[in-house]
Amino acid sequence: MAFFIETLIGGLLSGVMYALVALGFVLIYKASGVFNFAQGALVFFAAATFVGLLETGLPFWLAIVATLAAMVVVGLATERFVLRPLVNQPQITLFMVTIGLTFFLEGLTQMIWGSQPRALDIGIEDVPVEWLIERFNISVSRFDVFAASVALVLFAVLAVFFQKTRIGRALRAVADDHQAAMSIGIPLQQIWGIVWAAAGFVALVAGIMWGARNGVQFALTFTALKALPVLILGGFESIPGAILGGLIIGAIEKLAEVYVGPMFGGGIESWVAYIVALMFLLVRPEGLFGEKHIDRV
Amino acid sequence: MLHRKNLITPLIGLVLAASAGVAAAQEQFVPLLSYRVGAYASGGSGIFGGYIDYMSYINMKEGGVNGVKLAWEECETEYNNSRGVECYERLKKKGGGAALVQPLSTGITYSLIDRVVVDKVPMVTLGYGRTDAADGRVFPWVFPMITTYWSQADAMVKFIAKKEGGDAKMKGKKLVHLYHDSAYGKEPIGVFQAYAKKLGYEFTAIAVPHPGNEQSSQWQQIRQIKPDYVILWGWGVMNPTAIKTAQRTGFPREKLIGVWWAGAEEDVIPAGAASKGYTTAAFNVSGDKLPLVQDIKKVVYAKGKGNMEDESRVGSVLHTRGIVHGIITVEAIRKAQEKYGKGKVMTGEQVRWGLENLNLDEARLKALNAAGFMPPLKMSCADHEGSGLVKFQTWDGNQWKVISDWITPDKKMLRDMIEESSTKFAKEKGITLRDCSKES
Amino acid sequence: MLYREAGQFKTSYAADQQIFPIRQDRIGIAIVLVLAFVAVPLFAKFVPDTGQYLLSAIFIPFLIFSLAALGLNILTGYAGQLSLGTAAFMAVGAFAAYNFVLRVPGIPLLVAFIAAGLCAAAVGILFGLPSLRIKGFYLAVATLAAQFFVVWTLVRFPWFSNHSSSGVITAQKMVILGYEFDSPIEKYMLTLAIVAIMAVAVKNMVRGTVGRAWMAVRDMDVAAEVIGIRLMYTKLLAFAVSSFYCGVAGALYAYAYLGTVEPEAFTLDLSFRILFMIIIGGVGSVLGSFLGAAFIVVLPIVLNVFVHGLNGLLQSTVQWSLPGSITSNLELIVFGGLIIFFLIVEPHGLARLWQIGKEKLRLWPFPH
Repeated sequence: MAFFIETLIGGLLSGVMYALVALGFVLIYKASGVFNFAQGALVFFAAATFVGLLETGLPFWLAIVATLAAMVVVGLATERFVLRPLVNQPQITLFMVTIGLTFFLEGLTQMIWGSQPRALDIGIEDVPVEWLIERFNISVSRFDVFAASVALVLFAVLAVFFQKTRIGRALRAVADDHQAAMSIGIPLQQIWGIVWAAAGFVALVAGIMWGARNGVQFALTFTALKALPVLILGGFESIPGAILGGLIIGAIEKLAEVYVGPMFGGGIESWVAYIVALMFLLVRPEGLFGEKHIDRV
Repeated sequence: MLHRKNLITPLIGLVLAASAGVAAAQEQFVPLLSYRVGAYASGGSGIFGGYIDYMSYINMKEGGVNGVKLAWEECETEYNNSRGVECYERLKKKGGGAALVQPLSTGITYSLIDRVVVDKVPMVTLGYGRTDAADGRVFPWVFPMITTYWSQADAMVKFIAKKEGGDAKMKGKKLVHLYHDSAYGKEPIGVFQAYAKKLGYEFTAIAVPHPGNEQSSQWQQIRQIKPDYVILWGWGVMNPTAIKTAQRTGFPREKLIGVWWAGAEEDVIPAGAASKGYTTAAFNVSGDKLPLVQDIKKVVYAKGKGNMEDESRVGSVLHTRGIVHGIITVEAIRKAQEKYGKGKVMTGEQVRWGLENLNLDEARLKALNAAGFMPPLKMSCADHEGSGLVKFQTWDGNQWKVISDWITPDKKMLRDMIEESSTKFAKEKGITLRDCSKES
Repeated sequence: MLYREAGQFKTSYAADQQIFPIRQDRIGIAIVLVLAFVAVPLFAKFVPDTGQYLLSAIFIPFLIFSLAALGLNILTGYAGQLSLGTAAFMAVGAFAAYNFVLRVPGIPLLVAFIAAGLCAAAVGILFGLPSLRIKGFYLAVATLAAQFFVVWTLVRFPWFSNHSSSGVITAQKMVILGYEFDSPIEKYMLTLAIVAIMAVAVKNMVRGTVGRAWMAVRDMDVAAEVIGIRLMYTKLLAFAVSSFYCGVAGALYAYAYLGTVEPEAFTLDLSFRILFMIIIGGVGSVLGSFLGAAFIVVLPIVLNVFVHGLNGLLQSTVQWSLPGSITSNLELIVFGGLIIFFLIVEPHGLARLWQIGKEKLRLWPFPH
């Protein structure tokens, strides 16, 4: 039983990490209907820039602010030079353009900061929480608990931002209906700029957490792949969906690997999340909290 | 609208002008299928940096191999099979023909296996690629030199047994093979199983799906099994993640033994303090205090001709591994010149003879300033591995410390396994075995 | 003036419905085919070094990727179902062809290729089933399940690679009716013949009932259903035909191009590249599949050669050149940038440019 709980908790905590990346996708998709595959590259860019700045001797908070500034610039530039000229194009074209952007960002990051993997130490030691081990023989990483708390704070901040602020309301209006939002005087492009900047901020948080966990290196771009099943399960347009989807995917993935995997020689983690999400979609084609589209002829 | 034509014409002119300047007489050409971009860029820049540095070193110190200067050209493959094939095809005939090719990517190696036979270009794969290609009768043009994955797995078992105090102590011990879920990770399982039967340890293989940036479920399984040792057969981001996850599940890093592709600075530094005590295999010694590295610094870097942009990486594991690539290349050419004429440019066929007759004994290594740097090596027509020796090193938090002598694997057992696999391949493919007694 | 259908009168429905109704198109296709079947091999024969390089490093992969792009274009371009699992279907084709040749003694190679395509089609239908419920990006991400599941299966069960110790398959010799296709020219001719026949088949399919049903489903599936098109049959047929094409492309990828392949060669990256080919080339266009494949295969090579050339020039003139890591990353940045640029300038792909060109030609030289 202890082992089951340990696996479950481990899975849920990993799920929060997935949700962190998925959140960036959701923000942009919700506001502009772009499936932004470059989110993984943004995570890499953010983490590499942050570590690179730290290495130049900048203090921690200053480095965060500077990186954030860089992310905002990248976000705004993307909106202005890549997506604005492509308004009203088919979704698949927008998707492909973000893959082009991925190549661009990957090359740019490695050109500026080099290809060397780096360590990122944010002062939280990645060891098991002791009293859990002693009392219940359950091993839970202290770092993962910390990362999950950070993620929850981030989710809360974003929720407040969306529900309570003026910009947040405008964002939701844009997400609901571009045309209607524009007609009541909401500056569409400004809102998109803000969303891209917000996605950049989320990428920075995800980059720091993942980077501190596994090191800052190119593979951070692969975190995007971990977010995809979360997205289809939770719905592309829903922030609570991303969180809940992350938790479900994380838990199922780990439980499946530990309990079902050995029957097939293991490694089923690579696809089990997709199959689970797929099964779920067959029942509910728009994901957990996705918006239901009604087709009209 | 841009005037495209006006742009393109001078560009073409530029390219033509540039490529005309490359060709020169009395140069031995070595194509470099390098990768300095993407997920494995740090590996590519380290190894190709060392490789190029050693060739520059020979050019600058000795004026080339008996006066024949080495020339090379890099072609970016992005670690992608089709790009690698294109690079190979583009460079193989350049500068009078490629002396040999070292693809440094298992996928590209596979894609070139058929091609090098037709083109008569020997392909050297140091510590990667197809293990059964060590049978030179079936794979006359492929050279998985120094050691193969099977030799390494064998040496790992021997190393652990020695640490435990002899083969007899291995009985009842538990070994976990944590591997990258790919052909690469699965390759050594046969050897570990063979030894499990022989020595009586319990063996479990646990797969980590690519890319391996999330391993909590695998390590929970490990925590359940409570193994005495975990073998880390990883690649890329999987390595630091495994070390970190080992720490968070409380597994001692001293009992974590990595493969040589998990044994560079690039694998342990991202994991930070968690890596201390972690041990890996290696087929050469690293460190910038080595006499050969010092000499390269003096001859090449002092003149600003070094290839590494970050000079602190000179002497790192990957850089020194690149130097080994360089030594093999240069020595094969030198050996070939002994037979086919000193100071001449060798063809691929002649270099192959050089590789098959290469004998880097202690004396020769000493002359190369590389005594103890890499294992001695004696090749033959049938044996394209030549050595099989492996050392082990531990990360002390700052640098790698060698903690073992060269460990010799059970060559007879491995050779039987290799021949079983290679003859099966030959049968499938309809290859007649080369008769090595007729080769000179 | 040159390209004008005025005066080409059709006197029967058959003539009006032929694959290439315009005479100039027929002539154009004939010229391309003659070039591909006669001129290229002749060139390779008389300029062996360059010819051999072009054939084995550019033309053969170009043709194979064109075929895969054609397959994906059937699914995405004509039937409107987004898929990210192309490489998986190619992998099925490659491994199936290997196993058919290995395990069925005396099977003719082309039959093995067709059987491999059928295997891929079966897998395609299986992973196409969700398309009946799921649309758009949800479907795209769901096809990723195919991508990861297939590669996992091929690695996990050694039977697929005939228990090879390295887990790879090595394509057997290509022998058809006792003739061995071994040299680059022979491999090229075989690939070209297969690709040409299959391309014409697509062209034919999309102008008939099947193609029109696909396009109706693509444009509005509810409407299509209302006018009596069976959605399930049509969508699954698109998955099957598309996967068949990808499967044959995968078999050729192993047999005519790489020789020895590991399952990991069929990565997500490959799927993305093929998707790029149809987006850049033109969604829903046979010609676009070829143009896109050419673009994606050749562009990185041109960039590489160009940057190298530039660097060599710098070296010889100012004794200074960019270090390797900079040039390589620069290539990637420019590659990404050019893709963005192309999509912005012509979101409908190269095929659309060609169409615009044709319109202009139609009016030329009197545009008013």
